[in-house]
Amino acid sequence: MTLTESRVADGTPSAAGFDVEQVRKDFPILARTVHDDLPLVYLDSAATSQKPLAVLDAERAYYELHNANVHRGIHVLAEEATGLYEATRDKVAAFIGATDRREVVFTKNSTEALNLVAYAMSNAETTGAEAQRFRIGPGDEIVVTEMEHHSNLVPWQMLARRTGATLRWIGLTDDGRLNLDNLDAVITDRAKVVSMVHQSNILGTVNPVARIVARAREVGALTVLDGSQSVPHMPIDVAALGVDFLAFTGHKMCAPTGVGVLWGRLELLEVMPPFLGGGEMIEIVTMEGSTYAAPPHRFEAGTPMISQVVGLGAAVDYLTALGMPAIAEHEHAVTGYALDALATVPAMRIIGPPTDVDRGGAISFVLHDDAGRAIHPHDVGQLLDERGIAVRVGHHCARPVCLRFGVPATTRASFHLYTTTGEVDALVEGLHGVRRFFSR
Amino acid sequence: MKLDSMYQEIILDHYRNPLHRGLRDPFDAEVHHVNPTCGDEVTLRVKVADGVVEDVSYESEGCSISQASASVMSDLVIGKKVDEALELEREFLALMQSRGTAEGNEDVLEDAVAFAGVSKYPARVKCALLSWMAWKDATAKAVDPAAAAPAPVGAPLDVPEQEKP
Repeated sequence: MTLTESRVADGTPSAAGFDVEQVRKDFPILARTVHDDLPLVYLDSAATSQKPLAVLDAERAYYELHNANVHRGIHVLAEEATGLYEATRDKVAAFIGATDRREVVFTKNSTEALNLVAYAMSNAETTGAEAQRFRIGPGDEIVVTEMEHHSNLVPWQMLARRTGATLRWIGLTDDGRLNLDNLDAVITDRAKVVSMVHQSNILGTVNPVARIVARAREVGALTVLDGSQSVPHMPIDVAALGVDFLAFTGHKMCAPTGVGVLWGRLELLEVMPPFLGGGEMIEIVTMEGSTYAAPPHRFEAGTPMISQVVGLGAAVDYLTALGMPAIAEHEHAVTGYALDALATVPAMRIIGPPTDVDRGGAISFVLHDDAGRAIHPHDVGQLLDERGIAVRVGHHCARPVCLRFGVPATTRASFHLYTTTGEVDALVEGLHGVRRFFSR
Repeated sequence: MKLDSMYQEIILDHYRNPLHRGLRDPFDAEVHHVNPTCGDEVTLRVKVADGVVEDVSYESEGCSISQASASVMSDLVIGKKVDEALELEREFLALMQSRGTAEGNEDVLEDAVAFAGVSKYPARVKCALLSWMAWKDATAKAVDPAAAAPAPVGAPLDVPEQEKP
């Protein structure tokens, strides 16, 4: 890619050296048309990102040249495949500021990473004293927030049900931020674990992790951060965040589906009970019982998602070469532009922070017709699709947020490194069209 | 535009001015159905007397297609014998599963043939079917409470209530 232009597109200043038009050329799908001859306007990157050629090439090359099972076999292909798989562990560790590669565990996705911690906690009951830190039972509390994706809510509800612990949550303010007024009353010394989203997939809010982590530490609770929507969009340093665990998924950061990451502090992973049992996660197996491998392999039972992990490594290389600070700056500019542009649509209700401060590029809204009646997001999405504009509609796997704001669903436009302000303009024009259609 | 095949004027009319809306007494069975992918919900009541669908009443939240379908469905089945109404449901289901290949029999389905265009959009078929499925479920319960279908899977998790700090 060339690093000469410093514009988003259409004149919006962007990070020095970041040229979105050049970036778009790396993503073949962005050049396709839909509904015969309409250009694709892909504003659904919070659901999944598109994939650059470098990632597609890496997966193909893996299968064409190196395919073998990893961590077993002593032949050339097995060693090459293992080398590629383990190289991604190093890349991911560097990408998120982890000091030890053994802190990076590959999972299927964020959901599995979060379930891994939740199940490890209930498995701690039947593990040795070293797992004391993970034990949880009646009288103990699990704390989440009201803006969690179901993947960081339901596993904790299930943990509460398995163990008799109580689930509590930090509520929301009307502008879509965490209400920290009663933080000390929600996170008490009964809290065993505090799990929260870094950037909300539905509201776009970027949460004040440091403040919540400080309180959780005060009371000795484990901290888990769902970085599904933050790791793909901003520089991440786990040491600076101060959390104990970070979960994220590859497919939202230009990697293939089917691979995610659980990062955990090594001293915790070393004493954390396993979740899934099977091959590769063991040390010694007899018919009577087994001992387990050290991390990360203790948490990677069975043949892993090798080609996807290789793809994730290529995605990390790709994002690193562009620079996460530049990507974050570009998306911040597009988000600010979009908030201003959406404000020109009459009777537009943004669900989430109205400004670009501590906010990422996922904007949820409810559109109304001329009579002031809400147009259902499903209808909005259908009419936008007719124009080649892809948005997400529904409750975005965060139904409690919809309940909190009294809406059945929202329409969500979400951005990534390849999003242009021209695409935001197309969205706004499309929304005017939707209003006209339903105001007839 | 292509979408006009889905957003027929007759559908938009029912959406703007839905028939038989609101929950009424008396009723024999009440059900609550949801479409988790888009958040559409319907609460629907059925009153059956002497083998005839005497009343269908509902409260619903959802897109224009699901709202209009509830209106058309209730208007169609009210006053019909249960067997005839169930036959209509089968006709409508077949139309919705036709992927745009069927036009529907207007003599039988009346306004409901307007949904033929929806069958071309797989993501929207569930919207059109939501109230029909709710009606079918409620009617089964009304006609024979003992033989009614089991509750949908995914019962609410038994999570302790949050103490309000």
